[in-house]
Amino acid sequence: MNTTYNLKRLRVNLTDRTWKVEPIDLDEAKKYIGGRGLATKWLYDAGCATVDPLSPENLLIFANGPLTGTNSPTAGRYMVITKQPINNKIGSANSGGTWGARLKYAGYDAIIFEGKADAPVRLFIDDDHVEILDASDLWGKKSTECNDILRDIHGEKSNSLYIGPAGEQLSMLSCVMNDTDRAAGRGGVGAVMGSKNLKAITVKASRNIVDAYDKEAMKAAFKRSLDLFKENGVTSTGLPTYGTAVLVNIINGIGALPTKNWQEAHFPEAEQISGEELAEKYLVRRGHCHRCTIGCGRVIEREGREVGGPEYEPLWAYGSNCGVSDLPSINEANFQCNEYGLDAIGTPTTIAAAMELWQRGYIKPEENKDLPPLKWGNGEAIVEWTKAMGEGKNELAKLMAQGSAILCDHYDAPQYSMSSKRMDMPAYDARAIQGIGLNYATSNRGGCHVRGYTISPEVLGLPVQSDRTETSGKAELVKLFQDLTAAIDSLGVCLFSSFALGAAEYATLFNAATGSSLSPEEFLEAGERIYNLERLFNKDAGMEQAEDSMPDRVLKEPIPSGPSAGMVSKLDEMLPEYYAVRGWVDGFPTKETLERLLIASEVTN
Amino acid sequence: MITVKLFATFREGRGKEQVFDEQVLRTPRDICTELNIPPDSVGILLINGFHAAFDDELKDGDLVSLFPPLAGG
Repeated sequence: MNTTYNLKRLRVNLTDRTWKVEPIDLDEAKKYIGGRGLATKWLYDAGCATVDPLSPENLLIFANGPLTGTNSPTAGRYMVITKQPINNKIGSANSGGTWGARLKYAGYDAIIFEGKADAPVRLFIDDDHVEILDASDLWGKKSTECNDILRDIHGEKSNSLYIGPAGEQLSMLSCVMNDTDRAAGRGGVGAVMGSKNLKAITVKASRNIVDAYDKEAMKAAFKRSLDLFKENGVTSTGLPTYGTAVLVNIINGIGALPTKNWQEAHFPEAEQISGEELAEKYLVRRGHCHRCTIGCGRVIEREGREVGGPEYEPLWAYGSNCGVSDLPSINEANFQCNEYGLDAIGTPTTIAAAMELWQRGYIKPEENKDLPPLKWGNGEAIVEWTKAMGEGKNELAKLMAQGSAILCDHYDAPQYSMSSKRMDMPAYDARAIQGIGLNYATSNRGGCHVRGYTISPEVLGLPVQSDRTETSGKAELVKLFQDLTAAIDSLGVCLFSSFALGAAEYATLFNAATGSSLSPEEFLEAGERIYNLERLFNKDAGMEQAEDSMPDRVLKEPIPSGPSAGMVSKLDEMLPEYYAVRGWVDGFPTKETLERLLIASEVTN
Repeated sequence: MITVKLFATFREGRGKEQVFDEQVLRTPRDICTELNIPPDSVGILLINGFHAAFDDELKDGDLVSLFPPLAGG
């Protein structure tokens, strides 16, 4: 019986440099869908919740979903699942490009790395041929050069992922990069790879097709999805034309664009860093991930070569959040993030925190005498400090490369780290948009918008408008979006597909691909199962309920100006209701909830 | 006077900003008619930074923002 699962995973022991192919149980795969869900189950079962994230005992898992590599729209995603070092929580980072699909075509649903190599190595896969190779010559190389070298060695039909210098130096802001400018971006997953002395994974495959369980049903589901993409204004026109960058003017327009490390929420010069400005002056063409019809990527030119341009998050984080309105500087800083393999959210948000520490006299001028002053609006500073963080150029840069929480703790000023669970919050002010704040606070991996993107209903009116200032109903809304996202991530498709598709379409695709018979409600319940398992992982890792929170600035300091002046997050009104709708007590699932989700017998406490 | 800000594709042939007299164009629907923007092609309508309806009454000093269907992440 064919399914879009390969039902094979590769286990690589880096300590003794051995590998083996292991079978994957079909029933377990279906129960956790794949990708994010299934790999989290493996990580949990291996007891990784209690290990040091940067120790050989931690597992580093790269996992596809059942739709990765199929013709389903946007089906080019893979996940990096590990215990993440930035906060000792579940690490769950997602990336696009083509690498994930190539791994599927080579015949594997996942690769599990264990142990630690005694010197830099890389993995090469060509269908059944697997090699662990020396990577001493690649160590220290940045993304573009690393990608070019590996492509020269293994050919145009190979795809590689790798870490940059930031991952090698165990930065908590380090990513796993692939296809030059795609990133599994947050939590310090690059440092886990660096801690294992693993530089890169290159994959080749002799096929480029995946057989579904029911080919006719898959074809019909694919056609239906494509029709919905074409009918939808966001997936047919909005994202292709302007990319995610178009959000700058929208979010600034409602007064929710965090500015100067969240001291304000409205940036008068937003137009200069907007998606419209980027499209008009710098865009060369759109960038597409594997078989994606949207093409939201921004390709710009730098020194005669096409490179990835900034998305909304770095435009905000380097822009208004650092008080910078100079778009060429943001383009360059974003490029340097990709080159060093740094998180393009956490890196600029840490620079913003450093700018506030400078503003308030915590960081003294003598601490950065070799680099531009960390002053608001300094375009040169965002570029040079990004490079310095990637290189570990001086003591302050090394400290900043560990993220805003560690930086601000060092100066005994933790209140200036705009983070939740020690991971920096992204580009939507939680004081002006109530539901997204509840999502940040309850996100299992820390401050993150793509765990439950309630910006869709609360700002964009998709699928229906929800009042951003209201707390009523937000508990259910956040739970729904978090569960749906967990399921979508596990399928191996892009979250942006959800602007056009709903649980019914996803369930139909999943059923045709794998021979399952999930209703839309059961598909959502699989997402809920995954979200609860992640929470159990965090519980075992020592998480406390009080960590479901946000900084005092968001909870107590009203927005000083702009359309949302006077607002604060009313998290305390929403959180008890959220726990109630989740079936959690004191932040964790009850026995009854675990039994309902069919995971009670699998948990360790 | 009402200020109307236009974004993304709505700028084509219309510019970034226009001003109107609220005595003449009393609602966002009137503005859309004037600018030849079908209301069903509007993704987000804001008055002074808050989501609004096409038949809401406008007053002197209001800022109206019109966006086509857009999203990001």
